[in-house]
Amino acid sequence: MEAEIAHRRDTADHAGSITLSNHASLRNPGMPLDLSWVMDTRVNLSATERRVATLPGRRTVKKDAQAAWLLKAVTCIDLTTLNSDDTPERVKRLCAKAMNPVRPDILDALGMGSRAITTGAICVYHRYVGTAVEALGDSGIPVAAVSTGFPAGLSPHHLKVKEIEASVADGAKEIDIVITREHVLTGNWAALYDEMVEYRAACGDAHVKAILGTGDLKTLRNVAKASLVCMMAGADFIKTSTGKEGVNATLAVTLTMLRAIRAYEERTGIRIGYKPAGGISAAKDVLNYQFLMKEELGRAWLEPDLFRIGASSLLADIERQLEHHVTGAYSALNRHPIG
Amino acid sequence: MTAATSNVAKYFDDMSYGPAPEADTEARAWLARHASGFGHFINGAFVPSASGKSFDTFEPATGKGLARLSIGDKADVDNAVACARKAQAQWAKLPGHARARHLYALARMIQRHARLISVVEALDNGKPIRETRDIDVPLAARHFYHHAGWAQIQDTEFADHVPVGVVGQIIPWNFPFLMLAWKLAPALALGNAVVLKPAEFTSLTALLFAELASAAGLPAGLINIVTGEGETGALLVDHPDVDKIAFTGSTDVGRIIRERTAGSGKSLTLELGGKSPFIVFDDADLDGAVEGVVDAIWFNQGQVCCAGSRILVQEGVSALFHERLKRRMQTLRVGQPLDKCIDMGAIVAPVQLSRIESLVKKGIAEGAVLHQAQIDLPKGGSFYPPTLLSGVHPTSAVATEEIFGPVAVSMTFRTPEEAIQLANHTRYGLAASVWSETIGLALNVAAKLAAGVVWVNATNLFDAAVGFGGKRESGFGREGGREGCYEYLKPRAWIGRKARTVAPVPQVKSTAGDFALPMIDRTAKLFIGGKQARPDGNYSRPVVSPKGKLIGEVGEGNRKDIRNAVVAAHAASGWASATAHNRAQILYYIAENLSGRADAFADRIGAMTGVSASAAKAEVEASITRLFTYGAWADKYEGVIHQPPLRGVALAMPEAQGVVGVVCPPEAPLLGFISLVAPLIATGNRVVAVPSEPHPLAATDFYSILETSDVPAGVVNIVTGPAEELAKTLATHNDVDALWAFGTPELSTMVEKLSAGNLKRTFVDHGKATDWLDRTAAEGALYLRRAVDIKNIWIPYGE
Repeated sequence: MEAEIAHRRDTADHAGSITLSNHASLRNPGMPLDLSWVMDTRVNLSATERRVATLPGRRTVKKDAQAAWLLKAVTCIDLTTLNSDDTPERVKRLCAKAMNPVRPDILDALGMGSRAITTGAICVYHRYVGTAVEALGDSGIPVAAVSTGFPAGLSPHHLKVKEIEASVADGAKEIDIVITREHVLTGNWAALYDEMVEYRAACGDAHVKAILGTGDLKTLRNVAKASLVCMMAGADFIKTSTGKEGVNATLAVTLTMLRAIRAYEERTGIRIGYKPAGGISAAKDVLNYQFLMKEELGRAWLEPDLFRIGASSLLADIERQLEHHVTGAYSALNRHPIG
Repeated sequence: MTAATSNVAKYFDDMSYGPAPEADTEARAWLARHASGFGHFINGAFVPSASGKSFDTFEPATGKGLARLSIGDKADVDNAVACARKAQAQWAKLPGHARARHLYALARMIQRHARLISVVEALDNGKPIRETRDIDVPLAARHFYHHAGWAQIQDTEFADHVPVGVVGQIIPWNFPFLMLAWKLAPALALGNAVVLKPAEFTSLTALLFAELASAAGLPAGLINIVTGEGETGALLVDHPDVDKIAFTGSTDVGRIIRERTAGSGKSLTLELGGKSPFIVFDDADLDGAVEGVVDAIWFNQGQVCCAGSRILVQEGVSALFHERLKRRMQTLRVGQPLDKCIDMGAIVAPVQLSRIESLVKKGIAEGAVLHQAQIDLPKGGSFYPPTLLSGVHPTSAVATEEIFGPVAVSMTFRTPEEAIQLANHTRYGLAASVWSETIGLALNVAAKLAAGVVWVNATNLFDAAVGFGGKRESGFGREGGREGCYEYLKPRAWIGRKARTVAPVPQVKSTAGDFALPMIDRTAKLFIGGKQARPDGNYSRPVVSPKGKLIGEVGEGNRKDIRNAVVAAHAASGWASATAHNRAQILYYIAENLSGRADAFADRIGAMTGVSASAAKAEVEASITRLFTYGAWADKYEGVIHQPPLRGVALAMPEAQGVVGVVCPPEAPLLGFISLVAPLIATGNRVVAVPSEPHPLAATDFYSILETSDVPAGVVNIVTGPAEELAKTLATHNDVDALWAFGTPELSTMVEKLSAGNLKRTFVDHGKATDWLDRTAAEGALYLRRAVDIKNIWIPYGE
């Protein structure tokens, strides 16, 4: 394995050929680690903050457009439960919600009754992958498993690889791995690249999302560099956080990661997906993320094959907003089925 | 619901933004209340124009009529100035705290009516509601808050100053409300009354403000708004009872105002055009810099005096930078000003639109490569797409002329030195933006840019506490902060100065020599570039005692001597970057050496001027003291660190103005010379001095002091001769940055008028005599402030 990784790092001949999976987007074949590109990375914090601070004043959606955008956001949600008190029944309930995230009468009123609106995925710990796969049946909703010693990512490496393989075996179509933050904080980019390559290999046909733990990385430059290295190593998605760090997804971190995605596409032609996670709980917040996706990356990144939102309570707020749009009256949480 | 439902599906599929209009109900209602036409706002109420003449103002986004405005003529301006004069007397007598309360009330009033002002402004100017709502109006409120504070502490902070009096203010159409705030807040806070002429395209928020201010309890007559076109502004500029003109607008008009006010004694602040560089180094956050360009040139449709309109990008990253910039341009949205989902609105008027179009055409004809975003523009109004002209040659008009539209030009550079050279190679000097992640590089470049404002890794940041204003032909004076306050004050010590009386130069009485051992003949030469130089024309002029005795001859300097001296002064530019300690040491050393020859100088002064021995000695002693004063200040006249609302600082750094001409007063031949030259060299300027015309020998004696005091060659140059003629050469010299001239009223008028060419800073006395022995009137901060320009360098922090 060591030799194979070294080979990958040193030559342009990267293994994975581009294959279609159950996702619409192409897999990321990765590329050799290009350290000079990583080291050239510059991110100016204040400039980044100014961009995200002014964006809500530059872009907004109202009325029907807003309803449509929020509904689109629903289709991008990785409906998530990652709690120590999770049980099979809890996971089943969540799966039911994923399949019917918005009340049918509201969808009808929006003229969207004929569309199969579901969330983007269900996201659970390995233990509940089988439960979720069964509960979701033939709905087409993929199950994502957090893995590699989530959330700290400090389990023995071989166990992390085994964990991925086990989740894939149980039917997970997406694996959300966590990187070893130490590699970023110590600037050990080769080690980060190597572990990511191995995770990617262990995933097989399952898409792999690399969770950077941006709250731990602290600086935007670290975030940008880690993003690049993970993409070079074959990540299909890059994801902000576990939801367990002190700071989770922010617009500034998002902008930084989106620009890394754009730079990667600029050089390789490969489109990488993005998943902010943690802290996005209000409808008005998710719209700002959507504006950033559209403005910085383009229309294609508003669809679930390139955009996922890791969230647990966001859906409930969107449901209220949609009902308000339909009826003109402010809604209440208890008017919508619990997830 | 059917139509709506299909809409949702459509948006769901194409994910477009859809319309998001800000309501204009309240704004339209306000306009409807004034549907019969606005008068001028004079003495607390709308009054019809005396002539009854009016003009219509239009909505740039639609071309539709918006309101009818009065044209101010002489009677209206006279009336407004008279009312301001009356109100000002009482206003200035109020305690600072009372004025602070009024300013505070105005700030609060702006916040209470923020949305109405924002919407009226967007309708009237065509700029996006985002900008009026999020930038212009909050900054305006901030300006009043900040200046309420200056009013409160004026009596302690500006104890040695008094208000200027009645101020005429002329503001532009690009930031109608914000510029009004920048002008009114300091003027009112410091005890002045104002007659303001808004731009003819965009007068509405000024009228709205006056109406609201009156309702907020501001006494009548303090703010008078006279609407009209250029002629109305000219009436205000020419008005004899106006004490100061503050103007923001084009350099061409600024130059005319400088000429028209020359010799009037009016104080003047000019905030003019620019062609500000936007410098991108290869170690910049390129995406951040691309976004910076958006804020630099596609802010307010590029109709911004400090717009970063000249992109300089390091050659190695140029291709990538341009590719990303073009990509970004494609996502800009141009739309109706009240649409909350746009980046750019309408150009202010069709005439401006066609000016932009013709300049861009010219740029293309001169070889620039055009790139315009292929995006939809609204139909019907004055709209222009975001535009980039790349590969622009320095010889092209678009590389040097201010386009004042959403058009950036770009070129490349190889090294930091070349970036600085290209950046500074312009007549303007308003602002600059530097993008680099290397602190040493960014700050070094920031320090070397000829600009009043430099933003590091940022652009178009403003704050009331941070002075704003330009160098060179971008104008003079600062707005905001402490330095901005001084623009609305005058020194107490200079009040009541009397007209200078000058005794006529007596005829030389020729006396034959006798057979006693004669003095060895001494030839006083010019002093240029550290060398004694014969005058170019090789003529001499006599120096005569009051009794008509020939006591020496000095060179008859001419325009070529001035030229040579200016060249020498420029060659000594290292003086500006010499350490402050070094400059201080040299000033002390000059004093030391002068002290060693005090008696000789006293004798010389006595012989030339006929003053008593004790008076002559007192002049020499005062000169020594003054040199010590400026030696003291040399390493103490420092900047301040502003803390504007961002994570970072703005460094307000006093910088030498450059090469400064000094025409010394006829009296006090040594002390007058020292009093003007010393503050200039203490702050790093290089001087071309024309000594007292009747008594030049004290200055020519002085060059041997300079020679023995380690003063670097070219820092002080001395050209004797006819003061007015030499002053004329200095005033018209386009490589002289400032000119101080003391003498007759005619000299002042001429200097102010001819300095309009390159808008050099002038400091004149209008024929009023200064008591050079009076330290409060003749030394210190009053002079140091005029010897420097404040450069504000904005430095955001963060990693």
